[in-house]
Formats: sequence, structure tokens, C-alpha cells
Amino acid sequence: MDIERGKVTAIMGPSGTGKTTLLKLIGGQIKPDSGSVFVDGKNVHKLSQSALYDLRRRTMGMLFQSGALLTDLSVYDNVAFPLREHTTLPEEAIHHLILLKLEAVGLRGARDLMPAELSGGMARRVALARAIALDPQMIMFDEPFTGQDPISMGVLVKLIHDMNHALGMTSVVVSHDVNETASISDYIYVISNGKVVQSGAPNELKQSDSAWVQQFLGGLADGPVPFHYKANSLMDDLMEGLKSAKP
Amino acid sequence: MIGDKLQQIGSRTLNRFNRIGRGSLFLWQTIISLPYMIERPGLLIRQLYYVGVQTLLIILVAGLFVGMVLALQSYIVLVDFGAEDSISQMVSLSILRELGPVFTGLLFAGRAGSALTAEIGLMKSTEQLSGMEMMAVNPMKYIIGPRFLAGVIAVPMLTSIFMAISILGGFFVATEMLGIYEGVFWSQMQNNVDFYTDLMNGMIKSLVFGFVVVWIAVFEGYDCIPTSEGLGQATTRTVVHGSLAVLGLDFILTALMFNV
Repeated sequence: MDIERGKVTAIMGPSGTGKTTLLKLIGGQIKPDSGSVFVDGKNVHKLSQSALYDLRRRTMGMLFQSGALLTDLSVYDNVAFPLREHTTLPEEAIHHLILLKLEAVGLRGARDLMPAELSGGMARRVALARAIALDPQMIMFDEPFTGQDPISMGVLVKLIHDMNHALGMTSVVVSHDVNETASISDYIYVISNGKVVQSGAPNELKQSDSAWVQQFLGGLADGPVPFHYKANSLMDDLMEGLKSAKP
Repeated sequence: MIGDKLQQIGSRTLNRFNRIGRGSLFLWQTIISLPYMIERPGLLIRQLYYVGVQTLLIILVAGLFVGMVLALQSYIVLVDFGAEDSISQMVSLSILRELGPVFTGLLFAGRAGSALTAEIGLMKSTEQLSGMEMMAVNPMKYIIGPRFLAGVIAVPMLTSIFMAISILGGFFVATEMLGIYEGVFWSQMQNNVDFYTDLMNGMIKSLVFGFVVVWIAVFEGYDCIPTSEGLGQATTRTVVHGSLAVLGLDFILTALMFNV
């Protein structure tokens, strides 16, 4: 699997196929049983802890599904957090940077709110502002659209697309929201059970002759992935019940 | 049947050892992260407020009543022997050697330990710890270290406050309710309490209790299964294991310190 610089790469697949695990592997949060991950030419899992933290600081940003905002800090301090931790900028410069980052996600006016006071969509936008605070080369989005109302979803789609173009970042979007993700991505990997099933540009994928990919992209209830969870035949199960009910 | 049982016992034992190993590694990582506190003393002071100052009220109230009850009970026994003047000796030795450190350890596990576990566990389940890692901020340094150190510092301080207020409670009951002379109370105490064997041993106990309880608390939070059920279990474990550890260690330390 290759993720190209400066492009939006989507990783799609059903729930529980290891999409988030893949992001955690890229970020070096978990170790692979086999195989290796290279970021910016470095094998993530061969780095020492300080080198790994250095790599994360310089190149990676991540947007978690829940936003992962620090609940005891305000919106302003959340965005300030990486700047205060990793730079020696004077507070005045940090203030300007935060306002610009929050402006980019449209939440400059919400800077004094606490995370508990934000809606899910706003929390993710704040998390996005925080993720871009240090201007990372690459940003990873973990299910950015899940559980969002259509308006917030539209806002997030636009933000991810615009930021990628404006800042020249590499974006990795993990998602199972087919249409939204396809609309902004340059290249898509479809994975299932930990394996890449198909990859290509969004248009190529739509013409895929794999029945599985068609079922996934079209959101069909039955197909290669059966509607029913593996079980004995209904008749057998019912008879079983009758047998055991009889004295 | 027996095979299943054996297998169960085996896997539980393995799990237990696994946990002990993880806990020890965790402690080591916590300790090597502590020098970060020199760069960021604010983090430590904030946690000292949360685990120390906010536990103060329960310590004060509990300490006062323990001292008062102890004075009453001692009087009932001692008066039969005409030895009611020794009440201050009884109260102060019980408090300094045993009740001060043990009560403070137990109350700390219940009040601050459970809160620490719940807080860290919730941070884990809301991905705040992962998020911090991805922002290249080590949660061991930023979250765990300050809480651990604050607990280790706070418990001996809380213990000494508990001791002081308990003795004052005993003093109040003895002089106001039981008619012991103030001078007798204090001079008996002065003659019979040794700074090293009594007070210092009590403080060493409290240092050990604080260390163990706060270690259990932060580890349970950090290691919990990030679901509501797992978090609940972790919080319960902190209180149960923390309290049992205090009582068990108290026995060992007492046996070692007082040459029984």
C-alpha cells in the first residue's frame, strides 16, 4: 500500500476490518506482527521512542473519531496545547496562530467554550484545528464523517478537501462513508479482513467488476457479504427448540 | 471437567503474572518520566491541589472523630485501673503509629485513588491518551507522572494533618468531657512519645502507603479496558486492592519496625 505525498488517500472498508488499526500502525502506536511501515523514508517501528516522537511531531497529525479533545482545557487551550508543548513561541504569537487555525475551521467565536459544550461536529473541527496547529506534512482522519448530521458532514468534507489543497498536506482518510469519501479522495484502497481487496481512483473503483466491491460501494444488503450471520438453517434451529421444549 | 478447571486456574495465574509485569514496567516508566516535572512544575502543583487539597476535608473530619472516639474508649478502659491520666499516651501512640497512616491510606484510596483511576480511564476511553501520543506528547510525562508524584507527596502530608487533628480531638474530649488536666495530657504525651520510633515510623508507613495506593490507582486507570464496564471494574479494583495493600503492608511494616 502506497500513500502519495500531497494527495488525499482514502482507506475504506466495512467496520471491524482493521482500518483504525492501520492508522495506529502508521502512527506507531501499536506494533505489527509482521511487515513494516515507512513514513517519510523511516521505518516507524524500528525507531527509538524519542525518534518516534520526533517523527510524529514533525510529520503527523491525527484526527480521532471522538475528537480526543482534552476535556479539562478550553477550545483555545486545546489548540494551543501542541504549540505550547513543542515550540518556544511567545504567547502572543501562539495567540495569533490559534485564531488563524480556528478561523480556518470556522470556530474562532467558540474559543472560550469547553469541549463538553461542543456538538460532535464542532468537536471534530476543533480537533482538526489542533491537528494542523503544527502544520504537519501528513494528517490522518479516523472516521471523520461517522455520526455527523448532513450539514456537519458537508462542512467536514469541505474542510478536509480545502486544507489538503491549501496547505499541500498528505491526507489519509479512513472511512466507510462511501460517497463523501469518494468525492474528495484521489485514490482509494478498499480493504476487508485486513487485506486490500481493490484499489484505484474513485472512477475506476465504480467500474470494478468485483461483486464484493460493488456491494460495498452500493450499500447493498445482500451479496458476497451475506445478510445473515453464519448459522444453522432456520428449520433446524426451530426443530431444536421444539425438541428441547418437549418434556 | 477437571481439565477445564486446571486450564482456568492456569490462565488466571498467567494473567495475574502478566499484570504484575505490566504494572512493574509501568512503574519504571512513570519513575523515569518524573524529571519532566522540573520543566513543568505547574502540572504537579495542579495535581497536588486535586489529590491533596481536595482530600483535606474528609481527612480533617475523619481525623477529628477518630481522635475523639479513641479518647472516650481509652478512658472507659483506663479508668478501671485509675490510669485515666495515661489517656494522652494511649491516644497519641495509637494515632501516630497506626491509625494515622492507615486511615489516611484507606481514605486516600477511596477518595483520591478512585478519582484518579476514573479520570485516567476516561481519558483512555475517549482517546485523549492516544491523541496526546499522536501530538508527540508522552502521556506518561504529562498525565501519569504528575498524578503519581502528587499522590506520593500528598499522602504523608495528609497523614501528618490527620495525626494533628486526631490528637486535638482526643485532647478536646479528654479535657472538656472527661476532666483530665490539660497539663497532664500534654506532659504524658511528651514523656511517652518518641520522635523517631513513633512519629518517624508512622511517616515512613504513610510514605509507603501513598506510593502503593497511587501506583495502583494510576496503573488501574491506564491499564483499564476502555468501556464503561471496564472502567467501573478498574475503579473498584483501585479501592479494594489499594485498601488491602495498605492493611497488609501495615502488618509487615509494624512487624519490621517495632521488633515484635
